[in-house]
Amino acid sequence: MPFADAIQARGLTKSFGSTRVLAGIDLTVTTGTLLALLGPNGSGKTTTVRILTTLLPPDGGTAVVAGHDVTREGVAVRRAIGLTAQQATVDDLLTGRENLELFAGLYHMGRRTARRRAAELLERFDLAAAANRQVATYSGGMRRRLDLAASMVSAPRILFLDEPTTGLDPRSRAELWAVIRELLASGTTILLTTQYLEEADQLADRVAVINQGRVVADDSPGALKRHIGSDRLIVHLEHLADLPRAHAALAGTGAHSDPEEREITVAVQGPGELRHALDLLHRAGVAVERVELRAPTLDDVFFELTAVAA
Amino acid sequence: MSALTTAGDLRRLVVRDLRREVRVPDGLIVNTALPVIIMVLFVYVFGGAITTGSSKLDYIDFVVPAVLLMSGGYGAALTAVSIAEDMTGGMIDRFRTLPISGWVVPAGHVVASVIRNLVSCAIALAAAVLLGFRPDASPADWLLVSALVAAYILAMSSLAVLWGLLVRSTQAAGAFSFIVLFLPYLSNGVVPSETMPGAVRWFAENQPITPVVDSLRALLLELPIGSSGVRAAAWLGGFVLVSAPIAAVMFRRRTAS
Repeated sequence: MPFADAIQARGLTKSFGSTRVLAGIDLTVTTGTLLALLGPNGSGKTTTVRILTTLLPPDGGTAVVAGHDVTREGVAVRRAIGLTAQQATVDDLLTGRENLELFAGLYHMGRRTARRRAAELLERFDLAAAANRQVATYSGGMRRRLDLAASMVSAPRILFLDEPTTGLDPRSRAELWAVIRELLASGTTILLTTQYLEEADQLADRVAVINQGRVVADDSPGALKRHIGSDRLIVHLEHLADLPRAHAALAGTGAHSDPEEREITVAVQGPGELRHALDLLHRAGVAVERVELRAPTLDDVFFELTAVAA
Repeated sequence: MSALTTAGDLRRLVVRDLRREVRVPDGLIVNTALPVIIMVLFVYVFGGAITTGSSKLDYIDFVVPAVLLMSGGYGAALTAVSIAEDMTGGMIDRFRTLPISGWVVPAGHVVASVIRNLVSCAIALAAAVLLGFRPDASPADWLLVSALVAAYILAMSSLAVLWGLLVRSTQAAGAFSFIVLFLPYLSNGVVPSETMPGAVRWFAENQPITPVVDSLRALLLELPIGSSGVRAAAWLGGFVLVSAPIAAVMFRRRTAS
């Protein structure tokens, strides 16, 4: 492929009325890799995707996708990309096959080519058995796969997936991940948005964390995880009065306390650190009601990232 | 994009729309049963009580044009719902990432609407003939009747696209069909306008449905058409010429953000 970077965005800004949604987004996606755009609702993920897929003009900044400027060469960009938007973009009243044949036709494939392409995609996305059923009867996971298949009709080099697994049950999610990995293995460049840290970790070569219209971190999943620590220890105290003492005891471990919940949260890596943290509390004479250990979430990522920035 | 490619895109979108139509039970009912029901209702239920005034026509002969416009118009107005569904659902994003001219999406809905509502009108007409309607139209008249009905459906469908783009929900889009279904009542179509009081009569005689009804009646029954043919053509042509470009601009705007 002629471009080392399939997607390159510099300083993208966008406001809706007086609400600033993007405050200068910089992104680079290397050809053949998957970048996860990780962020909570309203952080600007979808707006970024809509700008990069030519559906929305940016207020400022530039974006080059597949070597073409998104604002000046929209048609050329569209020819190179596929998009699976958050809302289902397939026709509920048509069958899976009719949907794919319709889109293949609208890509101006001949009737026979369109039919073959649709059959191929139905097979590949494990929908062959449901091909002649109306999409309205599909499960959430099947609909998502059909949506993905529809985005792959023209065999695009670059694929945008806007929260592809939101609302799916764990099994459907795992199936969709397998499909995404396969697409990646076949050389497709993918930009995927997600609210789930685990999803980014599972799929991405690189993770860009976005918050309030800004990229607050852009790193490999490994580096990001090292940065945020592996697990979170949550200590629920018996007495609220102990909270400052507990915080002092854990000073230097990046703990943060939540008086409303009477709890204190510490990042811990491995059993050694876990034992050490509990020891510190014990030695400080803090009465502990219960403890809880969980994997880090998007909230933790933001806490860590913003704590570093502040 | 070549004209041939665009025509192909239009055909695909029309096929999509017609497929959708036959898979929604209420859509099928609107297009097949409703024309028959309206025809029976007017001929048997209202027909006995309404006199046709100075025209001295049998009521069935009098009312057929209005029923044709109700049958075709109601379905045409539902184009607003199809457009609103595409716009509020995700389909529009899919279409926009395809290498097609944007306007073929609404145009596909309009063309499909003309096809399926002409079928509705044919069903209404068949019902009328079964109920005793005996038109005197020549083949050339029939051609003009078909053209006029098609033009009416086209005009209502174009206005419906505009309405569908204007409102932001499918429910609000549906409201347009009530307006279109209601308008023929306030015309010379269901009861003679000469029986109506002042302001209502003025409206009935000057609103666009009346010349269309009068023209259809004249063509079907070999009556003098007078100026109503020209007025009907002007109204319907005007609707299409005004609403189509506005709809095209609005469609581009609505899909640009």
